[in-house]
Amino acid sequence: MAKLILSMDGLVLKEIPLAKERTTIGRKPHNDIQIDNLAVSGEHAVIVTILNDCFLEDLGSTNGTLVNGNPVKKHFLQSNDVVELGKYRLKFVADAPVAAATAEKADFEKTMVLRPSAMKAAAEQARAMGAAGAEAARAAAAQQVAASASAAGMAERPAPANAPTPAPAPAPAPASAPAPAAPTAAPAQPVKSPHPLGAIQILSGGNAGKELELAKPLTTLGKPGVQVAVLTRRPQGYFITHVEGANAPMVNGQAIGTAPHALKDHDVVELAGVKMEFFLKG
Amino acid sequence: MDLSQYLEFASCTDPGMVRSHNEDAVAADPATGLAVLADGMGGYNAGEVASGMATTVITTEMQQLFAKVKPYELDPETNKVIAPQLVREQVMKANASIYHAAQSQPQYAGMGTTLVVCLFYDNKALVAHLGDSRLYRMREGTLKQVTRDHSLLQEQIDSGLISAEQAKHAQHKNLVTKALGIDPTVEPEIREYETRPGDIYLLCSDGLCDMVEDGDISMTLEALGANLNLAAQQLVQMANDNGGKDNVSVILVRVLREYPAARGVMGKFLGWLK
Repeated sequence: MAKLILSMDGLVLKEIPLAKERTTIGRKPHNDIQIDNLAVSGEHAVIVTILNDCFLEDLGSTNGTLVNGNPVKKHFLQSNDVVELGKYRLKFVADAPVAAATAEKADFEKTMVLRPSAMKAAAEQARAMGAAGAEAARAAAAQQVAASASAAGMAERPAPANAPTPAPAPAPAPASAPAPAAPTAAPAQPVKSPHPLGAIQILSGGNAGKELELAKPLTTLGKPGVQVAVLTRRPQGYFITHVEGANAPMVNGQAIGTAPHALKDHDVVELAGVKMEFFLKG
Repeated sequence: MDLSQYLEFASCTDPGMVRSHNEDAVAADPATGLAVLADGMGGYNAGEVASGMATTVITTEMQQLFAKVKPYELDPETNKVIAPQLVREQVMKANASIYHAAQSQPQYAGMGTTLVVCLFYDNKALVAHLGDSRLYRMREGTLKQVTRDHSLLQEQIDSGLISAEQAKHAQHKNLVTKALGIDPTVEPEIREYETRPGDIYLLCSDGLCDMVEDGDISMTLEALGANLNLAAQQLVQMANDNGGKDNVSVILVRVLREYPAARGVMGKFLGWLK
């Protein structure tokens, strides 16, 4: 979140986070930032915050508002701008880059349209720069997309590019909020083996004694056309699911039905007349 | 001709593990041999609206059309098969509907959707697509990506700026260069492919192909091809197990046997014999 640092004669008085959409500044007590000084008007100025952008507006004050020494009526605040009201100085500091990472995460790959005009410009730029400039071109394209997206009135923004633009705050869009505690609490990154490796050992039939490691995400068992089941390896463990055949496989003597069935260490599976034991390898 | 005896369909859509809304929409109509998948985008709920409009408009319009004409009929003017033209017109109709809704209602401003439409007729698959939703084909144990994304990333790969390997870790996977409902008119990419019995076609949103390796998709279709519904659920589950960062949608279509168009009296008679 962006903030203002209020100071007088080089002495920092306080820090004010810009948490509200409208932050009013003035001498009267109802203002969000009250500066009790006669050089400051009752309602002197207001800062309007829209997502990451803050706009300063003078509310027709008697003595005016200066930004970096220049009188302004309306001003799009940039990081480190100094706003002066009489003897008081308000330094505007945009939010920390830490927020960028969160925003990037929240906005992960929301599909966006790149309009042809932006595309052409980006492609030309890329061509001009050659392969070495690809990264920069991509960043430029992203910025152009941002422009065309906002022109089209889109409420979402592209994932921040590598460009050193001011850090955007986490988007308040409800769509990007994490889903309520997912039943599986899946890890953010693809994780192939967060759990011990499983295997099955055939107990009956011609292949009795044979062992099969279940290293793949899925392994099919049985005879195609007769009875087939699949063993899936998931972050939360192994599951057996009926694929084809009139009868579902049996686990510990019970038919499993059509839904996936979680396998526990030393469960006995019976499929197409063959018994096998599932076990976890340390 | 009712194609539901010739083609088997299965579909599954899920919001994923991170997003609270599902902005994807799927529609499948086995009788007309039509599958439509759309991945919506736009603020708040507009993405869902756009993708829902795309699938509904295209399926209902096609159903109405097919009551009157057959996709393999010839256009009397150009002497070409009318199917590509029919699909193109319906895509444009959907585009116009979404575009006008976006223009007239402020809450829908800027909405749009990617699209992949697959129409099966006369032993062929006609594919129209926009954006980064894809069609894959599984034939004789090999998975092949049929459509080429309309995305910044794909253009960079094509121009040789980055390799396919680099693309997997690229920043701007999410930028599409074409979409439905963004501009007043749009030109979908339309292609036709011969189908063979045993082929499995996979329509999917980027939530699947970004989260699940092609090798794992191929393995799933190979292992679970016998049970198409289970295969569809398994694909979605794999995307979710790998993080499920986006909405995941899949439509699977298996060609059970040949479905040549019954042209003329003789063709109809042969069709009846089968």
